[in-house]
Amino acid sequence: MTSETETGKVQAKPEPILQIKKLCIDYPIAIGTVQAVRDVSIDLYDGEALGLVGESGCGKSTLGLAILDLVREPGKIASGEILYHGRDILKMPKAEVLALRGQGVAMVFQNPLTSLNPLMKIKDHFLETIQQHKPDILKKDALRMTAELLEELGIDKKRMDDYPHQLSGGMRQRIMIALGLIMNPDIIIADEPTTSLDVIVEAGFVDLLNRLRMKFELSIILITHNLGLVAEIADRIVVMYGGKIMEEGTAEMIFHRPYHPYTAGLINCVPNIDVDQAKLTTMAGSPPDLVHPPKGCRFQPRCPKALERCAVEEPQLLTYRDGRRAACWLYPEEF
Amino acid sequence: MKNLLKYIVSRVLLTIPMLFILLSLVFVVLRVMPGDPVSAMLGDHAPAHVIREKQLELGLDKPIFVQYLNYLGQIARFDLGESMVYKQRVVDTMKDKLPATVELTVIAMIFTLLIGIPLGAFAASKRRSARDFGIRLYGNIVYCIPVYWMGLMLQLLFGIFLNWLPIAGRTSARTFVTDFARSNFYIIDTIVAGNWAALGDVLIHIFLPSLTLGITLSGVFLRLTRANMLDTLKSDYVLAARARGIPEKHVVYRHALKNAFIPILTMLGLQFATLLAGAILTESTFSWPGIGRLLLERIYLRDYPVIQGVIVVYALLVSLISMLVDIIYAFIDPRVKY
Repeated sequence: MTSETETGKVQAKPEPILQIKKLCIDYPIAIGTVQAVRDVSIDLYDGEALGLVGESGCGKSTLGLAILDLVREPGKIASGEILYHGRDILKMPKAEVLALRGQGVAMVFQNPLTSLNPLMKIKDHFLETIQQHKPDILKKDALRMTAELLEELGIDKKRMDDYPHQLSGGMRQRIMIALGLIMNPDIIIADEPTTSLDVIVEAGFVDLLNRLRMKFELSIILITHNLGLVAEIADRIVVMYGGKIMEEGTAEMIFHRPYHPYTAGLINCVPNIDVDQAKLTTMAGSPPDLVHPPKGCRFQPRCPKALERCAVEEPQLLTYRDGRRAACWLYPEEF
Repeated sequence: MKNLLKYIVSRVLLTIPMLFILLSLVFVVLRVMPGDPVSAMLGDHAPAHVIREKQLELGLDKPIFVQYLNYLGQIARFDLGESMVYKQRVVDTMKDKLPATVELTVIAMIFTLLIGIPLGAFAASKRRSARDFGIRLYGNIVYCIPVYWMGLMLQLLFGIFLNWLPIAGRTSARTFVTDFARSNFYIIDTIVAGNWAALGDVLIHIFLPSLTLGITLSGVFLRLTRANMLDTLKSDYVLAARARGIPEKHVVYRHALKNAFIPILTMLGLQFATLLAGAILTESTFSWPGIGRLLLERIYLRDYPVIQGVIVVYALLVSLISMLVDIIYAFIDPRVKY
């Protein structure tokens, strides 16, 4: 991946394939503007798996959709850049954005049960996508491509003639992945890909994703609140809270030495099978009102370690010596 | 396919009790209503023995319950009886009028769908814009306008001021119906006969009445399409299609509209009854020789058998359409199986 030395000094770091720069996304609603995403900057490198974690409503799904310029109405990208191989997606002509969707960046959605058109056969989903991006491909070649990919994912090619309702949830999830892979994108964004699946299917999904990542040389952005899933897939983790990045670092740093109290709190909430507890650990309070975000640090009202300063001044996202980034007053710059 | 057949048979059997209830109601209502065929025909000043003779002839002297049982017996033999006013079988009075009504309502339904569905889909895809607002306003206005007033206004505009279209009848006086009429579905008949001049004449005559009827009902379909489209446009498969790079045009019309069409189809079956009711008024406005006008005429004459017969036909038409709609479901929605 990146060629960082021990000290965190960068040596001829390769260009990221995707760079999100100072992205802000607003949702105008009746009582004001929801600041769904604020000043988020993330780099994604070739072949990397990035986990994007946070509670519901922290802006992670919105961020995922923004990468394809698909923020749901009435949401708007207020400012910032999203560079795909150095070119800003937000400034591309419409036709290029259409070509990019599915072909450069593909998305696997939360709910495989509702993400397939119930009136279309499985194969027609694939045909439509292939013919949209590569109109020259003959129908029989497109069908062969589809059959090969489905077999690769362990789905009998006879299933291509089925309608979505005739397939199980796990199968539909694999079909959603195949639909994402069919145009050979270099980035896959998986938004809560396992929420509607049971644990056994989820475990299979993790194996599959790891295998596909190697085989298709994919970069992955995994959006989830499921820390277990992130632990098994992601190399690097971005923790978001209230539309902002709280902390970012390698999976190892985040899980073993979290800086930010929010990160630590999230990890604490994962039940541990070795500890005998009568009650699950939860984090006090609820996600912030993003129309009127709290003064200072957005996490401060819920933070167990909050200082006086936290309610007054907002901490900047600083890069620390080990390469991680965090936005917290507890850690001075030289830490 | 075997299940489909079973389904059709059960639906047909279900129409029997429906018809029975409907006929019983109509039978009673007609006889409770003031007036009767004899006084309608002979007037109030006819000598008592003439009235008596007429009543005997029509069987109106018998107790109402006996009349009712006789009528049911007749119906059970698939016989709608004979007009009380004219010496004509009920079936014969309707023979050339039913096709006129069916032709009018079918073309009107096509107008309704052609206007309502694309406008609704377009409005949904441009939600909250001025165009959306304008389309919704149109929908509300046409929904409020009574069909006969709309008919009069269109007659005035296209028939009188612009003088483009005829405002009455199924054909003009110079077109000889006997040249082509076989089934009395004039559009089909003229095509079968290859009589293109007559076809043109038939089409310009049906245009205005069916447009009138179609426009008044298009408001309902417009609003329904728009509401359903707004739902389907928010659905996950639409977002997923967009994320695969499918252009907006295909997303709206191929993915969203096709899914939104399922509830529209249900409405189509239900609204067919409204359409037939509207056709009664439209037929009168445009002197259209259909069963709606026949019904009105015979209500004035208290011609019981014909009124009952027409209502039976209406009921059969509505249940036939709703059965067709159910069958079409199975072809559109793969989740529906018989």
